[in-house]
Amino acid sequence: MKEVTSLDFSDLQRALAARELSAVEVADGYLEAAAASRLNAFLDIQPELTRRQAQAADAALAAAGRSSGHAAQGPVAMPLLGIPVAHKDIFVTRGWRSTAGSRMLGDYRSPFDAAVVERVAAAGAVCIGKLNCDEFAMGSASENPVYGPVRNPWDTERVAGGSSGGSAAAVAAGLVPFATGTDTGGSVRQPAAMCGVTGIKPTYGRVSRYGMIAFASSLDQGGVIARSAEECALLLQAMVGFDPRDSTSLQLPDEDFFAACAGHPLDPSLQGTRASAGATESAPLAGLRIGLPREFFGEGLAADVRQAVEDGIAALRALGAATVPVSLPRTDLAIPAYYVIAPAEASSNLSRFDGVRYGHRAAEYGDLRDMYMRTRAEGFGSEVKRRIMVGCYVLSHGYYDAYYVKAQQLRRLIADDFDRVFGEVDLIAGPVSPTTAWRIGEQTDDPVRNYLADIFTLPASLAGLPAMSVPCGFGAGRLPVGLQLIAPYLQEARLFAAAGALQRATRWHLERPPAERAPS
Amino acid sequence: MSLTPDDIRRLGELARIRFDEAEQADLLKRLNEVFGIIEQLRAVDTTGVVPMTHPQAAPLRQRADEVTEVDQREANQACAPAVEDGLYLVPRVVE
Repeated sequence: MKEVTSLDFSDLQRALAARELSAVEVADGYLEAAAASRLNAFLDIQPELTRRQAQAADAALAAAGRSSGHAAQGPVAMPLLGIPVAHKDIFVTRGWRSTAGSRMLGDYRSPFDAAVVERVAAAGAVCIGKLNCDEFAMGSASENPVYGPVRNPWDTERVAGGSSGGSAAAVAAGLVPFATGTDTGGSVRQPAAMCGVTGIKPTYGRVSRYGMIAFASSLDQGGVIARSAEECALLLQAMVGFDPRDSTSLQLPDEDFFAACAGHPLDPSLQGTRASAGATESAPLAGLRIGLPREFFGEGLAADVRQAVEDGIAALRALGAATVPVSLPRTDLAIPAYYVIAPAEASSNLSRFDGVRYGHRAAEYGDLRDMYMRTRAEGFGSEVKRRIMVGCYVLSHGYYDAYYVKAQQLRRLIADDFDRVFGEVDLIAGPVSPTTAWRIGEQTDDPVRNYLADIFTLPASLAGLPAMSVPCGFGAGRLPVGLQLIAPYLQEARLFAAAGALQRATRWHLERPPAERAPS
Repeated sequence: MSLTPDDIRRLGELARIRFDEAEQADLLKRLNEVFGIIEQLRAVDTTGVVPMTHPQAAPLRQRADEVTEVDQREANQACAPAVEDGLYLVPRVVE
């Protein structure tokens, strides 16, 4: 048998269900791969905890086999049973460290599991460990100032994107079949694009934020990174659902995201708005109208990225979708709006790190105020400090209306633009990032350059819309490019249907990075 | 608009973060670059636009006023830097 880490997802499911492989064997294979990797994708691995979860999965698999009498068919009711998963280190976990990629929480031990961690474990997935990211998810390169940069498996001298860079790199390199991430302004989609894997940020309110260390509460949303839309669907399915512990958690009817991957994007049973007239096996997306915002294809877009994105769009067209030019005229303004709102919320959220109840406390200090100031100076990295400072400024007396309220008005206009465009089209498509992955160190501590690169992911974040990154080929130097799909509010099923059809017809998502070379 | 060294000191106090002089100089430069982008906001006419504070239009849900939490003080304080008799220890603030 092949090494467990090289089995594709469905083979892994089948082997586990047929008891050809135990969950412990699978977990051990992945633990070994994670330990041997030099991508710096993992921040914490606890083999004993992982094995304990795998043993429980094995017991459940054995019980399911006995009750069905057909072990080989497996427990379809629990598609994640025994499958390895890893969590971005923004979700708190009992047992594993919960650092948020920060020195502030370097020694923190969470007394509870995040809702997402709890649910994914209840679905039977086996946690391999915690994944590296930008500090407090603030960044787009995962060049973590404390724990080091995550390396892109396609070119280890380049960044993996961020902030869920560890999640994307680990999935791309086969260190874990799928991983959780968080997306505030593009932090699932952009690293997924840069590492050549599939990622989805669902509608704000789909995934409970309980135990997801807060960055910008009106924007933060849990998401998923996997190789394919189908695998994303399986993990997202386990994560969504109402949670009374998150005041913004939505109460929604049940949906089957995995089934949606094989459906038509406008099938009414998937809550589409129009009938799927005309769809056939060779034109599964017939009837689907996809808007191409002209602002997403301007001069800031690198030529190689444009080419790959256009190839992706051509593939959607070949499947029967119609493309329509549309306009999101305030796209540029998403950058200033986001970089006021997110830091404002961050400065408030991060005020809890004061050295009193948890986290780092300075070794030496005078009075209480001095303790706060030294603790926070030592605990936070430079980008986090910059954002807290910007947030304090835009919320301060005399500037609140000019910046914070103004940014919220812009946010409304940006959301209104989407509403208008979604009156004409069913989905929006465009690039995720203006460039492929840049070199490690190339733009570290250059906030403006990093912020400008977020332009295509910020608008959907501000509007709270579901959006996905799907591999669509390669740019110069064989660096992956992602195609972004944006759907109307709560229309994740439409994203899954479009991405599912695309991935059944194309092979971009099946491409693998070169195997990691042994250290020289 | 341009931030001044005084602004940086004032913001450091508001943010409760100590910065040395080199850090203050770097912050001044970087934050002025950032505000160079943010300033684009001010050119947009937003007269009459209702600020969007949140992606959800519905008001926040309220739960019933019932005791639902159990006492987890020990577990929650296990990760505190300094505790004594169930209390968090900080430098004296009242003489």
